[in-house]
Amino acid sequence: MLKVQNVSGGYGSTPILADISFEVEKGKMLGILGPNGCGKSTLLKVISGIMKPSTGTVYVDGKEIKNYSSKQLAKKMTVLPQLHATAFSNTVRDTVSLGRYPHQSGFFSSWKTEDEQAVVKAMDQTGVRKFEKAQLEYLSGGEQQRVFIAQALAQSSNLLLLDEPTNHLDIAHQKQILDMIRKEVTEHDLTVVSVFHDINLASLYCDEILLMEDGKVRANGVPHEVLIDDRIMDVYNARISMQAHPEQPKPQMTILPDLIELAKEKLITAKNFKIKDEYVEFKSDFPLRVLSSAVHNAGLGWYSNFINRTVNQDYNIDQVKEEFLGYLIEKGFAPTNTVGMMTAVDTRNAIIKQYEATFGDVFVIVTAGIGNAMDVSRTFDREHNDYIGTINTWIVINGKLSDEAFVQGMMTATEAKTKALHHEKVYDKISNTVATGTPTDSLLIAATQQGELMQYGGPITEVGKVIGKGVFEATLEAIQNYRKGELQ
Amino acid sequence: MKGKLFFAYISSIGLLLISIWLGVSIGTAEVPFSTLWDKETNESAYNILWSIRMPRVILAGLVGASLAIAGAAFQGLLKNPLADPYTLGISSGASVGAVATIFFGLSLPIIGTYTLPFVGMICAFLTMILVLTFARLVDRTMKMETLILTGVIFSSFLGSCISLMIALTGEQLREIMGWLLGSVSMRGWPYVQMIIPFVMIGTIILWLNRRELNAMMYGDERAQSLGVNVKKSKYAILAGGSMLTGAAVAVSGTIGFVGLVVPHMTRMLWGADHRHLLILSFFNGASLLIICDLVSRTIISPSELPIGVITAFIGAPVFSFIFYKQRKSRG
Repeated sequence: MLKVQNVSGGYGSTPILADISFEVEKGKMLGILGPNGCGKSTLLKVISGIMKPSTGTVYVDGKEIKNYSSKQLAKKMTVLPQLHATAFSNTVRDTVSLGRYPHQSGFFSSWKTEDEQAVVKAMDQTGVRKFEKAQLEYLSGGEQQRVFIAQALAQSSNLLLLDEPTNHLDIAHQKQILDMIRKEVTEHDLTVVSVFHDINLASLYCDEILLMEDGKVRANGVPHEVLIDDRIMDVYNARISMQAHPEQPKPQMTILPDLIELAKEKLITAKNFKIKDEYVEFKSDFPLRVLSSAVHNAGLGWYSNFINRTVNQDYNIDQVKEEFLGYLIEKGFAPTNTVGMMTAVDTRNAIIKQYEATFGDVFVIVTAGIGNAMDVSRTFDREHNDYIGTINTWIVINGKLSDEAFVQGMMTATEAKTKALHHEKVYDKISNTVATGTPTDSLLIAATQQGELMQYGGPITEVGKVIGKGVFEATLEAIQNYRKGELQ
Repeated sequence: MKGKLFFAYISSIGLLLISIWLGVSIGTAEVPFSTLWDKETNESAYNILWSIRMPRVILAGLVGASLAIAGAAFQGLLKNPLADPYTLGISSGASVGAVATIFFGLSLPIIGTYTLPFVGMICAFLTMILVLTFARLVDRTMKMETLILTGVIFSSFLGSCISLMIALTGEQLREIMGWLLGSVSMRGWPYVQMIIPFVMIGTIILWLNRRELNAMMYGDERAQSLGVNVKKSKYAILAGGSMLTGAAVAVSGTIGFVGLVVPHMTRMLWGADHRHLLILSFFNGASLLIICDLVSRTIISPSELPIGVITAFIGAPVFSFIFYKQRKSRG
């Protein structure tokens, strides 16, 4: 659809673009990214024919753009620069109707049925038909932008060039406009080339990304190949981190700010832990990075408060999320800053152990209820049962862990727990084999993220050794406590 | 929407016809309109109408129409509500020619008494060439800012030439000032004949670019991408508007306000679509200047006021009223 071949050029004698080549296929959306002043808008001007390249050629549908007449080109390609309401405002309908300019000819240029249909369709697609009689200047920025996009769609060309179509819009309007453009691409094979400021939006909506740096192509391809941490940091000269998007297989970046924080020591000590009647509590005055399988705020995140709450055997599990939220609020914990677990074990049986390590102290907290212990290799043909009996394990580390260290730490802790069950000869009552855990065990690793980065957390790493030893010993004692309680 | 436009054309044409009727009928000597085609009843009245009032009314109408349509086109092209036909400095060129004619007492052979409008038109034409050449030299794409600044440069330079001649003149001062304030009196049919070709050509050029003007409201880039040959249209609109302005100033002096306000009033009443704005401005500019001329020659009769005083005197309150009503109704 669009082919740019060895294009160089710029304003006057200052070269801005240097030997740029790329292609966009029909029905694809290409995002042009790059820092300010890298030549994104200049490239768009060259593609649209507003600026002539000093060397190189631009082809639309296999034909050089300079061989098209203005009107022919306008039927093939629509360019939407950043627009604002003009000094003299027109009605929405008149503004959209102007998109039909290249399709009209002759002295009186009569308005045909297909012109009317294209205008009405474009207004429907963008949702601006409801205010077609309104003056443009009285619409909000988002509505105005939708009107301009409607004008572009009414032009009925197959190639759409956009310059930051969602600039200055709030997220609802950004989403609305890009969803709409994306729909045209997917359903009607529209080809779109758009300059983006926002890397995340480009990644989400584009099939391909062209990353520019100093007037050259730095990378070109599908988003996950182009948007790589190191490359973005290099091109934009800013610290960022790439994360997975929760729904789409598209990378999303987060800025890593270089903040100078108050030189306050961020340290967790035994004083941060308290055993109360209804729950075991761990409160920190700064947030820790946490990976857990808790009831409340599971997954990866940053939290300051942690509770392991004791409930009765007959606790109704159906409404657990709502009930737990209510409980947190009632007890004065901020729900967004608290991780919560549940157990049927009395808090008095909880084990808190402290270990010294080269990087800092590690705390292991375990409550163990093994009435429902199971051998995980023998559960495949069993029905689910609701009996509450749980081993809850917390590992709180004064240290800095990478994501893989967190995951490896979880594995190491699980292995140590299983070993403790084995050592204590906890049996699966149905299969009569040694149990590996209970159906509802929960695990949490929290780290202060201070000090040297620890990349790995396997059994032979500094942190892994402490986790292994700590979880094994604490689980052992917790099981013994539980058994004592049962005997009484 | 269609009905509104139909009403716009009907009322504008109606207003123009009424203005002509009033302009011809009212004066120091009251004569019925029917005298126009009734020579037998009153021959002297017939002569007054045909040789004095009719050319005056038509000249006022043509000048008003030219300034209004040129103003509408320049405002649209420059995307600037403050633009008027005088923004580009063409009028200053015409004024320099006219003032120089009075100052030096020029009288060209053959055309004799019509030396002044002739020199005015020549100077307007030369100024237009200079302004466009200079603007193009500065910036090949002739952006709106370039054009406005070029106009400012030429206007102030030519304005100082006029001031210089005013400062050095003695007995012609009154004549020069009178001309600068603008008037359509004592001109007669030759002036009408002189301006008509320019009005026709200029108006047709602008009207042919009505849709291009609409497109250029959204900027040169968007216009180009819509398929407009921006450079060609710009030249055409500038040439057309300058032609109308130069001719109007050459025959009547620098009559202010019409070219600024009539397009605004028309736009407020019936919208900014140049397909209708240009023609509606043309009609209403004609009506406004005919009425202003009527007032200028009757209000302190038998003396006359300069028409430029009246245009602002009548135009400003009317403009304010429409402006107020329109802003109010839109909240």
